[in-house]
Amino acid sequence: MANLKELSKNAERVTGGHRLCAGCGAGVVARQTLIAAENMPVVVVSATGCLEVSTSVFPYTAWKTPFFHSAFENSAATCSGVEAAYKSLIRQGKIKDEPIRFIAFGGDGGTYDIGLQSLSGAMERGHRMLYVCYNNEAYMNTGIQRSSATPQGASATTSPVGKVKQGKEQPKKDLTAIIAAHNVPYAAQAIIGDFNDYITKVQKALNTDGPTFINVLTPCRLGWGCKPEDSMEMVRLAVDTCIWPVYEVVNGKYKMTKKPRGGKKLPVGEFFKYQSRFKHLLKPQNAELLANIQADVDAKWEKICNLCGEEVIK
Amino acid sequence: MVKPIFSKGKIVAKTGNEMMAEAMRQIAPDVVAAYPITPATEIVQIFSQFVADGKVPTEFVAVESEHSAMSATIAASVAGARAMTGTSSQGFALMWEMLYIAAGLRLPIVMAEVNRALSAPINIHGDQSDTMGARDAGWIQIYSEDPQEAYDNMIQSVRIAEAAKLPTMVTTDGFIISHCMAAAEVYPDEDVKEFVGTYKPERYLLDYKKPFTLGSIEMQDYYFEHRYQLAQAQRDAKKIILDIAKEFKNKFGREYGFYEKYKMDDAEVAIVTIGSAAGTTKAVINELREKGIKAGLIKIRVFRPFPADEIAKDLANVKALAVLDRADSCAGTFAPVYSDVVAAMYANGVTGPKAENYVYGLGGREIDMTHIADVFKHLDEVAKGKAQASKTVEYINVRIK
Repeated sequence: MANLKELSKNAERVTGGHRLCAGCGAGVVARQTLIAAENMPVVVVSATGCLEVSTSVFPYTAWKTPFFHSAFENSAATCSGVEAAYKSLIRQGKIKDEPIRFIAFGGDGGTYDIGLQSLSGAMERGHRMLYVCYNNEAYMNTGIQRSSATPQGASATTSPVGKVKQGKEQPKKDLTAIIAAHNVPYAAQAIIGDFNDYITKVQKALNTDGPTFINVLTPCRLGWGCKPEDSMEMVRLAVDTCIWPVYEVVNGKYKMTKKPRGGKKLPVGEFFKYQSRFKHLLKPQNAELLANIQADVDAKWEKICNLCGEEVIK
Repeated sequence: MVKPIFSKGKIVAKTGNEMMAEAMRQIAPDVVAAYPITPATEIVQIFSQFVADGKVPTEFVAVESEHSAMSATIAASVAGARAMTGTSSQGFALMWEMLYIAAGLRLPIVMAEVNRALSAPINIHGDQSDTMGARDAGWIQIYSEDPQEAYDNMIQSVRIAEAAKLPTMVTTDGFIISHCMAAAEVYPDEDVKEFVGTYKPERYLLDYKKPFTLGSIEMQDYYFEHRYQLAQAQRDAKKIILDIAKEFKNKFGREYGFYEKYKMDDAEVAIVTIGSAAGTTKAVINELREKGIKAGLIKIRVFRPFPADEIAKDLANVKALAVLDRADSCAGTFAPVYSDVVAAMYANGVTGPKAENYVYGLGGREIDMTHIADVFKHLDEVAKGKAQASKTVEYINVRIK
């Protein structure tokens, strides 16, 4: 369990003054990740996206750690290069042999889709790094286009609701399972609305000598169409409706680290009703689609419960 | 019998790829991130064996694509490592956005680029369309005629890149030079090590006590200045390239410049070209000279930055010249090297010589002495006013319906 009081005594390593929207979860992810790192030296790299663009508008930067960005699809390859340089320079005695942790950020766009190959390569090669996917379920920086992380039925600008289509047709890809299948020592799903769970996970990952991955759900209030002040509650509802299971995979062993509040599983409508990207699903003419989505969420929830050895909350 | 020029040099029989790998072994970069592609693969394979045998301290990253190869190389360089890679053709094309990024970030990366044709159609043989396609990226481009030049260019490029703060690519013609064995001179490890020195970056990511942000987004108010600085760095690199060549000559004995002039002093007809075809051209020139034809060659070594003023001056008194391009621009007009040569001439007020453009050797298509002799024959007629220079690019040794 992380002690927020103790952690908050450390210097902040990502500052305010950046350009992220009010209510944006990405900034929370960045800040909580660095809080978790305590005073350990870290080098941060990031894919192109909201986080990178908003925190590094030349000549300003919000980063008090070394921070590097080069392109969109290569955050993991970039992190690999930094880590390789670190290993090499230490081996040759060119830099001091002391711990530095390497953290790569990428949005769902830059991770699930265009960055998938780069991430897979890095995980396979076994670099000691933490890849954090701040997942707001669409390409938000470029205007809310659908990614393979976008939920089924969600309206996005490249999968909009119209006369013949009702939002994204495919269910979201299970990237955490893909990364777990790389047999990495640590992979996890998290939300921003539980700092304890998230910070504990980051600390576990940073203390793991190998490739680690955390997929953290965060809202984009513009893309999701919810109120900026509701961001934390939104992702907690994602857990309550079992849409976003929160768990970790430690050396292949699954463990659920957060369950729906009060042990009660809510219907997906309780998540959808606050977000305009989903409001069409609550219309009577979409009842069948809604039922299909619910069935899909239920099936995946049962699967993850079984993997975690948990009783299936229905 | 080939003799070493350097007192401690040794003659070996090695291919272009082997010489590049050998240079890399002696340079001993901190990081190499690379992906296989014909005909460059061997360089990295040979280097991997050096790594496996503990002959180099390099951290080798077997990345999963060329885009990641350049991404990881860039990142390693920013982190503070001397970083290198190697590729060809499609692999080079796949890393295209990263090439521009490497230059824009002013990183001293050195890449061994084995020139190979670009798809489609897919072809694994030698032409220069790959690196010609990235001539605007901001990289220094140094083309090699043979395995000796490939080796010497790799060694010099480490110093050039770091002094100019510009990524540098060293090329050879795919298969023709990369896989062709020649007698070449190598220098002792300690002499190469002394020449390349240690990489001392002004700042580096792993220096966490002095954190900085690199790769920022820039709006309309800053981007242009940084791009201007990049362009200026290319202009400034000319002197750096010559200074390092001078230092190289003083130590190892071989002389290098922006280009090699072969019998140009009194030349009336001349060919300008890049790469292995230069060797063939020299043989033709020798024959023509015996017949009293004043033929000459300029073999460009440094294509970026382009030695405009110098080449214009050296072509000023020629009556007719032909630029032989081993890449096409598909512009419907002229190919890359011709365009730069003629622009240089015009900018320098050199309008006397007639200039022809030929595209040859695409996809490894043969170019031999008869083809070159035909070019000189035509130039001779143009010089004498008996024939006109073409208003568009011509092609050598291709079946045109």
